[in-house]
Parts: sequence; C-alpha cells; structure tokens
Amino acid sequence: MQNNKDIIVLRVEDIHKKYGNEEILKGVSFEIKKGETKVIIGPSGSGKSTLLRCINQLTIPNKGRIWLGDEEVTHDKKDINRFRQKIGMVFQEFNLFDHLTALKNVEIGLVKVKKMDKKDAKEKAIEELKQVGLEEQANLYPAQLSGGQKQRVSIARALAMDPNVMLFDEPTSALDPELIGEVLEVIKKLALSGMTMVVVTHEMGFARSVANEVIFIEKGKIIDKGPPYKLFTNPDNERTKKFLCKITELYGKSEE
Amino acid sequence: MNENFMVIYQALPYMLRGCIVTIGLVGGALGLGFIIGIPMAVGQVYGNKYISGLISFYVWFFRGLPVLVLLFLFYFGLFSLIGLNLSAFTAAILVLGLRSSAYQSQIFRGSIQSLNEGQMLAAQSLGMKKYEAILFIILPQALRISIPGWSNEYAILLKDSAVTYAIGVIEILTRANFIATRTYRPMPIFLICAVIFIILTYGGVKVLDLLENKVKIPGYGERRGEI
Repeated sequence: MQNNKDIIVLRVEDIHKKYGNEEILKGVSFEIKKGETKVIIGPSGSGKSTLLRCINQLTIPNKGRIWLGDEEVTHDKKDINRFRQKIGMVFQEFNLFDHLTALKNVEIGLVKVKKMDKKDAKEKAIEELKQVGLEEQANLYPAQLSGGQKQRVSIARALAMDPNVMLFDEPTSALDPELIGEVLEVIKKLALSGMTMVVVTHEMGFARSVANEVIFIEKGKIIDKGPPYKLFTNPDNERTKKFLCKITELYGKSEE
Repeated sequence: MNENFMVIYQALPYMLRGCIVTIGLVGGALGLGFIIGIPMAVGQVYGNKYISGLISFYVWFFRGLPVLVLLFLFYFGLFSLIGLNLSAFTAAILVLGLRSSAYQSQIFRGSIQSLNEGQMLAAQSLGMKKYEAILFIILPQALRISIPGWSNEYAILLKDSAVTYAIGVIEILTRANFIATRTYRPMPIFLICAVIFIILTYGGVKVLDLLENKVKIPGYGERRGEI
C-alpha cells in the first residue's frame, strides 16, 4: 500500500500556452500521486481551465510536457485518444450529449470508444449511475434533469471509462446554490474512495476538507502551494492571503 | 363547363404520370444534395482553410446563378462538351442536386455551428476521434435542428423542378403545356397542374413536420410556448 501511494499518476512539466500575444500559462509544473486530490484555486482568467485542457490536450500547449504514469502524453498526437480515455474530464457547463438519455450518455464512450459489448456497457453504465445516485433518472434526457443531476451524470460518464485521473473544471460554478451540495458530495465520496483528482474550484470549504494540496495560480503561474490547513490559516504569500480573504467574503466561510 | 370536366378527366392520367417524374426528380435531387451537402457542411466547419475555401467557392457558384442558367450551362454546355450523353431527366437530377447541395450544406452548417462547442470537447475528452464525435454526437443533433430548414428546401426544389420543362423533361408542367396547346383549354389544365403542385408541397412538408415531431428530444424547448 505504501508503495502504491508513491506512484506518480500525472506529471505536468513547464506548461506554456499563448493565445495570440497573451501568455495564459507561463510555465506551470506539478505532479500528483495515486489517490491524491489537488485543488487549484485562483482568480478568473488566471489560466486554470486552460491548464486542465492542456493536460488532456483539448488545448495544445506551446511548450512543456505532460506525463501520464511513465508515458508521455505530449509525445505523439496520434496516441492522444488512448490517453484521453484514461483522463476523465468534468466541465463547468456539464456538456452532456443533449440527444441522449442519461444512460446513453454514460454508455456511449464504452460502446464507441472502448468497443464494449452493448449489454456489458449498459450494465456498467447503470452501475455508474447508481454510484452518483441517479439510476432512477437513467432514461431521462439532459433537458429533463436539474443542473445538479446533469453534473452527476457527467461525472458518471467520465468515471465509466475507468480513468487513472479525473479533472474537474469548476464543477459547481454553473449550479444554483442549493444544488452545489449534491455534486460536492459525489466528488468527496470519489476522493475518499481513492480516485486521483485535480479539481479547479472556488469552493474553499470543499478544498479544505478533501485536498491533499492546494495550488494557487495567478497570471499563468503557480505562486503558492501547500496543504490546505497551511494555506488557508497561515499563508506565507501576501497575495494568497488577499485572494482567500476576497473569496471568503464572497462565498462565506465554508460548509465544513 | 362539362367539356372542361371532360378535358380534365382525359388529361388526368397523363398528368399524374408526370407526377411520378417530378417526384423522381425531386427525390433524386434532394438525395444527391443531402449526400454531398453533409460532408460539405462538415468540411466547412471543421476543415482547414483550403477545404472550407473550396466549399465556399462551390456554394458561391451554385447560389449565384439562376436555375435555368445552370440547367442550360450544364445540359447544353458542359455535358455535351465533355461528351457526356445524359438524358434530360438525369441531367436535371444532377444539376438540381448539385445546386441543392449548395443550399443544403448551408442549412447543415448553420445547425452544426448552433451547437455548443462543449459537445465536441466532451466527446473528445472521452477519447473519441474527431470523425466519431461528428458522426455520433454532432450530426444526430444538427440533423434534428435542420429539419425545418430542410423542409423549406424541399418546397423550393419541388417548385423549381418545373423549370426542367425548358430542357425537355416530361414532368407535370411539360405535360400540362402539351395538353393545353392541343385542347385550347389552358385554364382547367393549368389549374390541375397547380393543384398537383400544391398537394405535393403540402404533403411533403407535412411528412417532414411529422418526422420533426417524432425525433424531437424530450424536454428540449418544451417550455418555449409558456414564456
């Protein structure tokens, strides 16, 4: 078990990304071990979402390398779909496939990408929906689900692919306040079950309770990082302190 | 009055056979336009600048000319120039089909571009290749949205098909004209001709409405009427 925990699942090395003349990411590096949860915080426009998209190459970085285990993701463009299967992604806007039921949304990756047998895929999809508490909504379409339910389906969809790591891009930012809890609950459960995760969020209470490490990004650079108790109670960095004060004012202390 | 009915009665079977020609013409042209229009729309949205430039040129050409000019240009001009010996009917399907593909491609392109970009991102994040995402995620949604526009294209093409009269396709109008000049009774004959076109237009649009309802995504846009 001890050994197992030291395995590095994802390594991000010196990622740079430019849009036009504007440099969004200016050399970001971090690594994450098996079972860890890293929370990335930072003001909007700081490059958090771009960073997540660079990890699974939805955005191609200008410079830098991404490693999944001991394989380089950025090495060969042709292989990218194999890597993407192992990197689950949850979007702020859910991005469920609107023409498919909740069940089919979870199933489609298994059938079309993993070429799984239809019957097995359905069984697995139902199992995943159960995990997020939505087996009864399996046959509803996205337009018939609440925001929180949609996001839970999208988590199930990503989990069904049996990813090595999950990326969450502000998973609760598009939700009504009363729906945030149910989604955070699912993500928390996932963290406790040993899933390796990178979560971009403004939910500080959540960050405090599940993160092994919090990374503070501003203007495309990591300017502070550390365990949550350290960062939240006694940050060394003046800028981190300011940001956290502002966030706490906005979102309230936490939901501990 | 009675004589009018006699003329109609005698002309009707002949005219209805023209119906089959018209339906074949429109069906063929719409089908051809669909088969070419879909990849063109996809190419215009997802292709590189050369591909989308080429498609834009094609669309510009076929949308820029009157249908009659196109028919003459291809049937009397291009086809005979390259020694292609086609019947007027086949040539008409080709020309109307190519022209329709230009219009249809723009209907589909609009639908594809109206979809949220996140649909493609989500598909790719699951490990789907781009063409798989287009096939399984983008097109099933875009085609649904396209039905009303496509229904319009059907109605327009159906009526445009009457101009193939000019290159000698024996469709409804050609037959009506033929009988009218022989019987000297243009009014009842062209009235029949008009009624047939109206029935075909209405019938086809109705079928497409039914299709639109049948493939509607549950819950999608349902509350629009209440606002």
